[in-house]
Amino acid sequence: MNKVYDKIFKYSLQMIVIIFCVFPFYYSVMTSLEGSSAVFEPNFFPTEINPKNYNYLLFEHNFPQTILNSLFVATVTVSISITISYFAAWSLSRVNFKGRSMFLFVILAISMFPQIAVLTGMYQLFLNFKDFYFNIFDLRVKGVTSLLWLCFTYTMFNIPFTVWVLTTFMKGVPKEIEEAAIVDGASSFLILRKIFLPIMTPAIFTTAIMAMIAVWNEFLFALTFTATNSDRTITVGIALINGTIEYEVPWGSIMAASVIVTVPLVIITLLLQGRIMSGLTAGSIKG
Amino acid sequence: MADININTVNKYFGDVHVIKDVSLDIKSQSFTVLVGPSGCGKSTMLRMIAGLEDINSGTISIDGQVVNDLPPKQRNIAMVFQSYALYPHMTVFDNMAFGLKLEKRSKDEINERVNEAARILQIEDYLQRKPKQLSGGQRQRVAIGRAITRKPKVFLFDEPLSNLDAALRVQMRVELAKLHNELEATMIYVTHDQTEAMTLADDIVVLDTGIVSQKGSPLELYDKPNNMFVGGFIGSPKMNFISSKILSKSSDATEVDIMGMSKISVSKMSASSSEGDSVTLGIRPEHLVVNGDSDGSWESKVFVVEKLGDVTYLYLEKDGEPLVAETEGHSEIKVGDTVKVGFPAGRCQLFDSSGQAFK
Repeated sequence: MNKVYDKIFKYSLQMIVIIFCVFPFYYSVMTSLEGSSAVFEPNFFPTEINPKNYNYLLFEHNFPQTILNSLFVATVTVSISITISYFAAWSLSRVNFKGRSMFLFVILAISMFPQIAVLTGMYQLFLNFKDFYFNIFDLRVKGVTSLLWLCFTYTMFNIPFTVWVLTTFMKGVPKEIEEAAIVDGASSFLILRKIFLPIMTPAIFTTAIMAMIAVWNEFLFALTFTATNSDRTITVGIALINGTIEYEVPWGSIMAASVIVTVPLVIITLLLQGRIMSGLTAGSIKG
Repeated sequence: MADININTVNKYFGDVHVIKDVSLDIKSQSFTVLVGPSGCGKSTMLRMIAGLEDINSGTISIDGQVVNDLPPKQRNIAMVFQSYALYPHMTVFDNMAFGLKLEKRSKDEINERVNEAARILQIEDYLQRKPKQLSGGQRQRVAIGRAITRKPKVFLFDEPLSNLDAALRVQMRVELAKLHNELEATMIYVTHDQTEAMTLADDIVVLDTGIVSQKGSPLELYDKPNNMFVGGFIGSPKMNFISSKILSKSSDATEVDIMGMSKISVSKMSASSSEGDSVTLGIRPEHLVVNGDSDGSWESKVFVVEKLGDVTYLYLEKDGEPLVAETEGHSEIKVGDTVKVGFPAGRCQLFDSSGQAFK
């Protein structure tokens, strides 16, 4: 009898957590499918299915452009930060040099730095960067300036975090594997490429996804450094969706936009889920 | 083919002096076992020969060439690690072929060598598996196979069997001995297990806190330990040590007392000793004569009896001096009995107060 109660208790707790987490998302999906007046009537199930919000966003608004912008910034930022952090993690976990722990501590300290604290300084730098960029490149591609600058600042804020996480993961790879490769005649670079990279793949994917989500959801810098509709990223894009009249908040469109931007994240996470697993070194060492 | 000469080598880890002026000559094609308790520096010695650890002073040469500044791959060595250290993402075949691929060998040669090693180690059926699909013994074979394929002049083993269970360890031990005969390579083997050392070695090097305590053949170390440390380390159960005094000295023998109960004249001498000096008498449990006549004797109550089938160990004690004696498997002796143990003079060792053996 006790077992039955245990089960009921366990499942009801799980249900509460799931409802708590998933309900807002469910409600936004539902809202996004409703027409303008139905949005304002609270209900648990949609009274009508109306794709007009999606139609508006995808075909009449520049929303697709903001998605592309975000994808560009996220891809560039994550690739650069992961590449740099991978090598940094190796030296911070394997090479003995003076001040290594100090260095790690500084990295941790930097990653706690609030964005708002450097915002004004970053803006001044951005203006200088813009001048520099305009002087070198043709004006036709000037729209890219903001996005490039976003990539730069995001990379700057991401690297401490990715370095820290990858260093921790790399410290967990047994030293003997590396030593066996050294005895086998492999150079450091070859070890990084042929031994560490395959072993670290799950860790790299995990870190990349976390960095990607951070970049995808960033708002403050994106708002500050983008000036025209053509170089908005999605977070700013959603915030700037207008209603038909000044006093209307276009909930339907906002919810549809939220759904659209969440979907890629969910898909990426699901695709890479198989890669995010621990225990890839299984069988290498004793156990 | 590949003598190894180690000449007054020193190694510090920070302020800790772990290897102190060690000199060793290891003969080509010999099987040398470095043995000692944890922290004695035996693994560090091996890693210095491998090139994974720098040395602070002295020289190490392999085959006449000083290798102090050569990276591991130029030393013509292969190493087998205690934790196997296989590459988890590669198949058994790729694990074994990795070193050969780095040497840019031809495909045919790699295939041939890996299959040859797999045949010797009987792992041909597992070549396409990943390490995680193998048992501990199979993984250790792959680790050894990885070393064999490269045909090095020197094999270095760092406690390769200590992660295996007891039965498998005995089996692998025999296979290692066979492998040594088959490959005719120089092998250096680190272990803390004195049974492995005794059974495998041509030469045993006993290390004690960074110095070589004694080097010699297994039986040399068993019969004539240089000092108390070696006497106590080689042999299981341990050699008995009994405190004693020199009663008299003659030209070729030293007479000592055994717990004030009897005297024994041991034909061993130490020039620096004199009458009345404290000495330690060492004798192995298997050499004591239980309830029989011998050169000197000792009587005590039995506290514990361990019956192992082939032998029985009696744990005795008298005035705080413990003693273990071995007797036949089906002994009638019970706890609480008083037994007389005899000391054959020819089997006794004497150690002076600093632990050095009388010769």
